[in-house]
Amino acid sequence: MTQTTTTADTSPRSGDAPARRIDFGDLMHRYGTVVILVVLLVVARSMSDVFLTERNLLNVLRQISGTGLMAVGMLFVILTRGIDLSVGSIAALGSVASAILVQQMAPGLAVVATLAIGGAFGLLSGLLVAYLRLPPFVTTLAVMTIARGAALIASGGQPIRMGEAGAFITRFGSGYALGMPQPVLLMLAVFVLAGLVLAFTRFGRMVKAIGSNAEAVRLSGIGVSRYVVSVYVISGVLAAAAGIISSSRTGIGSATVGVGAELDAIAAVVIGGASLMGGRGGAINTFIGVFVLGIIANLMNLASVPGYHQQVFMGVIIIGAMLLQYGSTFFRR
Amino acid sequence: MTELVRLQGIRKSFGGVHALRGVDFSLKAGEVHALLGENGAGKSTLMRVLGGEHQPDGGEIVMDGAPVELRSPTDAMKKGVVVIHQEMALASDLSVAENIFLSEIPSIVSWKTLNRRARELIERLGFDIKPNAIVRDLSVAYQQVVEIAKALSRNARIIVFDEPTAVLSGQDAERLLGIIDGLRRQGVGVVYISHRLDEVFRIADRMTIMKDGASVETVERNAVEIPDVIRMMVGRPLSALFGENVERAVGPELLRVEGLTRGARVRDVSLSVRAGEIVGLGGLVGAGRTELVRLIFGADHRESGKILVEGNEINPTHPKDAVKAGIGLVPESRKEQGVVLDFPIRVNATMARLSPLVNLFGVVRRSAERSAVKALSDRLRIRAASMDAPVSSLSGGNQQKVVLAKWFHAGGRILIFDEPTRGVDVGAKTEIYSLIKSLAAEGRAVLVISSEHLELFGLCDRVLVMREGRLTGSLLPADYSEENMLKLAMTAPAAAAAH
Repeated sequence: MTQTTTTADTSPRSGDAPARRIDFGDLMHRYGTVVILVVLLVVARSMSDVFLTERNLLNVLRQISGTGLMAVGMLFVILTRGIDLSVGSIAALGSVASAILVQQMAPGLAVVATLAIGGAFGLLSGLLVAYLRLPPFVTTLAVMTIARGAALIASGGQPIRMGEAGAFITRFGSGYALGMPQPVLLMLAVFVLAGLVLAFTRFGRMVKAIGSNAEAVRLSGIGVSRYVVSVYVISGVLAAAAGIISSSRTGIGSATVGVGAELDAIAAVVIGGASLMGGRGGAINTFIGVFVLGIIANLMNLASVPGYHQQVFMGVIIIGAMLLQYGSTFFRR
Repeated sequence: MTELVRLQGIRKSFGGVHALRGVDFSLKAGEVHALLGENGAGKSTLMRVLGGEHQPDGGEIVMDGAPVELRSPTDAMKKGVVVIHQEMALASDLSVAENIFLSEIPSIVSWKTLNRRARELIERLGFDIKPNAIVRDLSVAYQQVVEIAKALSRNARIIVFDEPTAVLSGQDAERLLGIIDGLRRQGVGVVYISHRLDEVFRIADRMTIMKDGASVETVERNAVEIPDVIRMMVGRPLSALFGENVERAVGPELLRVEGLTRGARVRDVSLSVRAGEIVGLGGLVGAGRTELVRLIFGADHRESGKILVEGNEINPTHPKDAVKAGIGLVPESRKEQGVVLDFPIRVNATMARLSPLVNLFGVVRRSAERSAVKALSDRLRIRAASMDAPVSSLSGGNQQKVVLAKWFHAGGRILIFDEPTRGVDVGAKTEIYSLIKSLAAEGRAVLVISSEHLELFGLCDRVLVMREGRLTGSLLPADYSEENMLKLAMTAPAAAAAH
């Protein structure tokens, strides 16, 4: 008796019982990122014998570790339907600040202070976007030039050598743990943490819900602004961390680090299938997005494509990847 | 009179939902044909078919004796059909003349001719609007005149008005009825959709009543009275529609509002709702009812006035303050404000009070959440394949139940419903009415906004009426009538608030 009522109650409404057809467009939309990665791996293998060696792959991972950190922050911001153009400049500031501060205080403290500076710039963007309702694009564009300017002022436009005082940081940049470069481990840890936060916590859930429909979330009695501020702070901290990674590898703090890095981060997130309209995207796919960009750059190096040409190819390949993912909805019509 | 168009056996489904199941409708030159029915009966869908916006799945459209296909709104316009929607389709930054001739503005514009022709059209309607005025600056009524002039400029033979007077004040509504009468005398066929039966009985020559996607009957105006039409629309005695009546004890005052004001939209409104009581808020669209409850809920900032919950003054500057004080709002537009459409039912239902389901690290305890959501869906009888299904996969009625579930879960004692049954089918309506009544029976205070007078009369213990931002009066069940309602909603002097 109770059985029957339960069945009746849980049956879907008559309206959504269309036959389950395999929808190519939908599949590509969902798993397009993975398909792109597989296609690239196959192409890469056929193009170069060196590509699939452990050494080369670790090299790719090491090169993307900074972009990867920025992409995680970008993912959180994009999920709320925002954008953060300031990450590249904040990375530059992080690079310079870490090199300067490490001369003046305990290295651990210098790292924390550098991350805090990144967070402060994120906080500035976040407050302007969340409370003063300024559009994220222009706001973070402004913060981008402020951060770059601050980095140039602090460094006097000169590269800053960390020297002996920076050994703590440079050891991190060149060190290995668990058979992997430490920056790579850091990036992977951040991706795993971000994935867990998005999947299982209130914070992750609300961030995505806000991007999907902020008004409905607000009218559920949730302080939307605090969440919005938080994602920009996260993005700022991670961008500063990316800056530290850069200086840790070169031993030099430089205000020219990360020019255009915000675009790589955005491209990675979007190749990862996130929607710029907010609410949709995930950590694993974003990682694949970063990895895809890294492989493309690596392949062109292996194939000795000249630097200027690389940029053109990169753009063309990104468009191709996007078409694979979104074009199917277009061709379906 | 010659027949302009005949719709025969029109069928239309949207993903398995049968919006139209074989509708017949005809329109003659020089007649006003009213199309009546509840929300969701299929009136607008039928008119979208006539206007070329939807292609019918079955049935035939006959014009001038020959079957036709109306492939797009442009195609329909070429054949003389123009639909004037409630949300007007004007380019608000362009001038009156530009709007009227939007589709036929030549590459080299002679403003003089354009303005002269616009003026002629508007004068034909008995109005005086400057052709070079910007549409944004016009009143809603004047914008509607521009829409009609636009229709006339295309030599429309068939004009469909979808609830044209819903946004108009009494005087403007009168003028519009005058215009429609004029169109009729010029031989235009007018389809008139309205919930205001008194208006319909004044203007219509014939009426077709629709229910659940089918045409119930087409009658001459002189052959029926208003109660007959209501019975045909609802399809059952009124009392059954509003669900069982539960015994309700009225307790202490839970919500009290004093002198609430925000600009001209809400002016000095005072009211109170007691535990166990269902109070209605009636009035025309734009009377300030939604604005009023948004102030109570902290969604907008009030300029002055006090809000008291269980005798304690609260100062909601954000919805979270109101939720903390035990107030819940089921907002007017479900998809934009009520739910996060692409998100699971589970997430939506627990959104307003997630803290008991979250551990120290902010991780949502899935099993606790599942059992909470299961209990809610059983209680509200949400029909869904799974609680992980996105809300967008549900019917309108079940979507609304998800919004209700959210506030059930939040457990507040004061619930505000803004048009709770808009876009909900009749069966789900009855369920929602029953839920609202049981919420009140459990000792909650309930405030209901509705533009359907029958709904207010069937559901509420008393009805407060607003006009132009003020409360104009209060009706008790003994005074419930369409006439009393409209008197307060449209013509009553905005006197001191009675409550």
